[in-house]
Amino acid sequence: MRQAGWKRWLMQNTGFAVALLLLAVLYFAYNLIHPRGFSSAVAIQNANETVAIAFVAMAQTLPVLLGGLDLSVGAVMTLTNCIASELLNGSPLQILLGMVVTLLAGAAFGLANGLIVVYGRIQPIIATLATGAVAIGLALLVRPKPGGDVDEDLSWALTNAVFDFAETYGLADSGNAWWLRPFADIPVPLILLAGVACLVWLPFRRSVTGRTVYAIGSAEGAAFMTGLPIARAKITAFTLGGFLAACGGLYLAIQTSSGNADIQQAGAYTLNSIAAVVLGGTSLLGGVGSAIGSIIGAMILRVISFYFRILDIDPLLQPLIEGLILLIAVSFGAIRTLRVKNQLDLFR
Amino acid sequence: MLFSVSPENRPIMVASLFVIVILLAGTAYTLSTTGTAPLLSPGYLLQQLQTGSFLGICTAGMMMVILLGHIDLSMPWTLTAAAMTATAVGGEMALPTALAVGLAVGLLNGFGVAFLRIPSMIFTLGVDTVLRGLMVAQTGGFAPQDSATPLMLFLAKDRILGIPVAIFMWAGVSAIIAVMLTRTGFGRSVYATGSREAAAYLSGIRTRLVIMGAFVTSSLCAATAGVLLAGYSAKAYQGMGNVFLLPAIAAVVLGGTHILGGRGRYAGTLVGVILIVLLNSVLSIMQMPEAGRQIIYGCVIIGMLLAYGRSQRVTS
Repeated sequence: MRQAGWKRWLMQNTGFAVALLLLAVLYFAYNLIHPRGFSSAVAIQNANETVAIAFVAMAQTLPVLLGGLDLSVGAVMTLTNCIASELLNGSPLQILLGMVVTLLAGAAFGLANGLIVVYGRIQPIIATLATGAVAIGLALLVRPKPGGDVDEDLSWALTNAVFDFAETYGLADSGNAWWLRPFADIPVPLILLAGVACLVWLPFRRSVTGRTVYAIGSAEGAAFMTGLPIARAKITAFTLGGFLAACGGLYLAIQTSSGNADIQQAGAYTLNSIAAVVLGGTSLLGGVGSAIGSIIGAMILRVISFYFRILDIDPLLQPLIEGLILLIAVSFGAIRTLRVKNQLDLFR
Repeated sequence: MLFSVSPENRPIMVASLFVIVILLAGTAYTLSTTGTAPLLSPGYLLQQLQTGSFLGICTAGMMMVILLGHIDLSMPWTLTAAAMTATAVGGEMALPTALAVGLAVGLLNGFGVAFLRIPSMIFTLGVDTVLRGLMVAQTGGFAPQDSATPLMLFLAKDRILGIPVAIFMWAGVSAIIAVMLTRTGFGRSVYATGSREAAAYLSGIRTRLVIMGAFVTSSLCAATAGVLLAGYSAKAYQGMGNVFLLPAIAAVVLGGTHILGGRGRYAGTLVGVILIVLLNSVLSIMQMPEAGRQIIYGCVIIGMLLAYGRSQRVTS
C-alpha cells in the first residue's frame, strides 16, 4: 500500500514538521506584535543573532545522528572565533586566507575528535568533554584577553542586507542593478546559512558516507554487518561537525568584530545546541533527524528570547520562562510513551 | 603486576598510579624551585581534600546516575538552589530545606526520565535552566539573606581531631553510597538496570523506581555539597555549582565507570576525584595559566581513557 509522497514524508519527519510550524507561528506573531514588524531591519537583526547558534546546532547534529554527543562544539566555536579575530584583516587575499585557515582549524579539530572516537574507541561524550577543554585552552592561548581586529567592510557587508553587501564591494552598480532588486532586502547571514546548508549538508546527506551516519545511529551492528564504511562515516561526521562549528565561530567573529575565549559562553553554546537539536526533531538516540531541523530548532530558541524584548516581561523572570518553555517542549516527546504497545519498546 | 589485576580493578590501579605520579612530579617541581615539599605534608593534603570534598560529594551522586547510563546535567543549579534557599531560610531549618530542595529536584528528574522517558541529557538540562530561572527570579528582585548558618560553617570549615569536618562528610556520603551499591538490593538493581534495562524489567526489577532513586540520590548529594560549599565560602552565590559539573563527570569516568552504564566501582570514583583534585592543586602550585591547565586537563582525561577506557568495537 503506497501512501502519497507528502504524507509519507510527514510520517517520517513529524518532529521537523512540528518545529517548522512552531517557528512559523512564533515568528509571524512576533512580527505582528513588533512595532516595526515585517521590516528588513528587524529581520537582519534577528538573523545576525541566530546564525552562530544555528551553525553550532548543525555541528551538534552529526554526532547526535551517530547516537553520541559532542560536548566540544561550543569550545571549537570559541577557538575558531578567537583564531578568526586574529586573522580577518589586511588585504582581501589575506582575509580570504584567514577565513580558510579558520575553517580548516575547526575541521582539523573535528578530525581529531573523530580519530579519538574511532581509533581510541572512547565514547564520544567523554572524548569531546576532554577535547573541549583542550580547545578552550588553545583559544585562551590565541586570545588571552577579549578583543580583536576584523576588517570593518567585511563585518558590515556580511551582517546586513544584500543591498549593503553589494554597495560595500561596489558590485551590481553598488546594489542598484535591477536584477538585484528582488533580493536586496534579504539578510546576508541567512544566505550564508542557507548556502552552507545546501552546499555542505544536503550533498553530505545524500552521499554513502552520510547515509552510513544514519545507519550507525539506527543500528551500528547492522551497519557493520552490511559492510558500510563505519570508521570513515564517523570520522567524516566529526570533521564536518568541526567545520560547521568553525562556520559559527567565523561568523561570530565577523559579527562582533572580536574574539572572546569565554568558558561560560562556550558551555552555553554547547548546551543550547543540544536543546536546538532536540527541538528540531532529531532523536538523541541517533539515526533520526537532520541538520536543517537543528537550524529550525536554533531559530525557535532565539525567537523565544526575542519575545522578551517586545513584551513587557520582568527581565528577572526571563530565564525562568525560557527554561519552562524548553522543559515543556521536550516533554512533548513523552507522547511517544503513550503510543507504545509493547512495554519493552520503551527501553531502547 | 598490572596485568594480573582483574579488568574491573584495572582503572583503579592505573588511576592510583597516576595519582602517585602527579604527587611525585609536583614534589620534584617544588623541590627544584623552592627546596620544599608541601605536597607531601599532611596539612596541605588535608586542606586539598577539604576543598575536594565538595567535588567528591557531587561525584558520588553523579556516579549513581551514570551507572544507569543516564546523566544529571541539573547538578550545578541543584547545588546552587539548595545552597541559596538554605541560606535564605536560615536558622535550624536551613539544612532540611536544602535537602528538601534536593529531594524535589531529584523526584522531578526521575519522573521525567523514568516515566516520561525523555532522554536524561535534555530533561535534566531543562530542569537546570528552570532552577536557574527560579533562583534569578528569587534573588534578583530583592536580596534575601545569603550568609551561611553556624551549622553550615561548622560542617564546612571546622576540624575534629585536626581533620576537617567536610572530609568526614565526604567519607560518610562515600560509605553510604558504597554500601548501597554493593550490599543492598537497590544497588544491584542499579547495575542491572544500567546494563540492560529491558532485561532488568523482565526479571522483575521495578526499573522506573530504580531510576527515580538514583536521580534522588544524585540531587541529594548535590544539595549536600551546596550546603557545604555555602558554609565554606560563608555565603551562597549565583553560579556556585557551575565549576563542578564537568570535573564530576570526568572523575566518574576516570574511575572506571562506563559512561553507558552498568559497570564501575565506587572506589574508582573516589580515586578519580582525588586524581582531579591533586592535578588541579599541582597545576596551581606550578602557577600554570588557565590555558595550560585546560589543555593538560583534557590531555590527561584522553590519555587515561586510552590506557584503560577503550570500549569494544561493535561488530554485530
